Amino acid sequence: MLTDPLAALGRAVFNALASLGRVTIFAGQVIGHMLRPPFYPREFLQALVQIGWLSLPVIGLTALFTGGALALQIYSGGQRFSAEAVVPQIVAIGIVRELGPVLVGLMIGARVTSSIAAEIATMKVTEQIDALVTLSTHPLKYLAVPRVMAGTLTVPLLVAVGDVIGVMGGFLVSTEQLGFNRASYIQNTVDFLQTPDVVSSLIKGAVFGFIATLIGCYHGMQSGRGAQGVGGATKTAVAAAAILILAANFLLTSVMFGS
Amino acid sequence: MISLTGVHKAFGRNQVLRGVDLTIARGSSMVIIGGSGTGKSVLLKCVLGLVRPDTGRITLDGEDVTKVERDAFLARFGMLFQGGALFDSLKVWENVAFRLLRGSGKLPKDQARAIAIEKLRRVGLRPEVADQLPAELSGGMQKRVGLARAIAAEPEIIFFDEPTTGLDPIMAGVINALIREIVVEMGATAMTITHDMSSVRAIADTVAMLHGGVIQWTGPVGALDATSDPYVQQFIHGRAEGPIESVR
Repeated sequence: MLTDPLAALGRAVFNALASLGRVTIFAGQVIGHMLRPPFYPREFLQALVQIGWLSLPVIGLTALFTGGALALQIYSGGQRFSAEAVVPQIVAIGIVRELGPVLVGLMIGARVTSSIAAEIATMKVTEQIDALVTLSTHPLKYLAVPRVMAGTLTVPLLVAVGDVIGVMGGFLVSTEQLGFNRASYIQNTVDFLQTPDVVSSLIKGAVFGFIATLIGCYHGMQSGRGAQGVGGATKTAVAAAAILILAANFLLTSVMFGS
Repeated sequence: MISLTGVHKAFGRNQVLRGVDLTIARGSSMVIIGGSGTGKSVLLKCVLGLVRPDTGRITLDGEDVTKVERDAFLARFGMLFQGGALFDSLKVWENVAFRLLRGSGKLPKDQARAIAIEKLRRVGLRPEVADQLPAELSGGMQKRVGLARAIAAEPEIIFFDEPTTGLDPIMAGVINALIREIVVEMGATAMTITHDMSSVRAIADTVAMLHGGVIQWTGPVGALDATSDPYVQQFIHGRAEGPIESVR
């Protein structure tokens, strides 16, 4: 009786490790298929539009409001030790290094991972994936490869757009509400940011895009039967993508800025 | 010729197939009957390699299906799925021409579209349907599009999984007649799974009954009514009493 919670914890850890192993094998298979023909350019272009172009409004709005709120917080906190003037620098570094990529990653996780998981899971329960096989088309190559490639390529661009809009949100609040001078705000932002800040942001975007799309495809293909199976796959995919994105963010930040 | 020998398949503790032995002659139409959940679809998917048998051997023209080159093997098959399994995001003609637009036998788009429209006409659908999405069609039309897709590449072997399930009797009759016509016209080998007795009589040359994970009875469709096998008799007459338990 006393060991039951420990046994449950052990099972949970083993299950989590087994899932991680299966996702890693799946990732290896997807990468392997990326390098071998046939390729499906039409599906890739559709995925670019779905993941990249159609995510722009939600990414833009999220970044704009976050940049504005961040400027208010930094100004308010900075007042406690007379450091209000650092708003442009902290907004820039906070958005570009951290909030931009993480928020874009999480929004992609919510919008794209869920949609991919639900779509592929529905295809599985309605036998469309079996139909692909009988039509001599590898489901992983046809469904996963275009989406994962599109995610890995477009999310860094979305992060770049999010960074610019986020900094713009901070700029608007700072200049219109907090009384900052426009020219000096822009000058401070540009002077403070360094190339590694921007590069790290884009690298994070690529990794988060890969994770978000891969996890959507994986859980869609692992879906159980019926509507409950589709719902379960979608829910698990979004939760797993969010956790993996945040974990990957910590690891990448440690590697790039830890020293 | 398709041959299955001692095919076993279990899902967890549920032993679905317990040693299936079956032969389907080239150019013949075999219908497999049996109650719901007896493993008819699993059997069909084992032949196609969608489900891997635990033990047993499946051969096509003497070659083990697990050892043949997959693309060439699958190119010999067409399949009509129970729910149609049409790709939602593609137009009807793109569904029908799916195989023709991809892979080693890829055709130019115009040619593939023309073949798709011809196959749609063959299953009784107007050319205007070609540019619609599957969701815009009724269940019977979706089934016919699935049938057009199954025959689009003129395969040697066609599988039909519950071709009339969910259709009204008239539409079921239309689909049965189409399947029979197409199989005869193309000279294809057909394997159909169903529990619809009107389909059996319309489509089959030979019938096999799957029960308890094994082939309980097999013979020509003409012998179906005359057989003394109690399982077959209970099934074809839809009796609640008999050796097949009604509570499963």
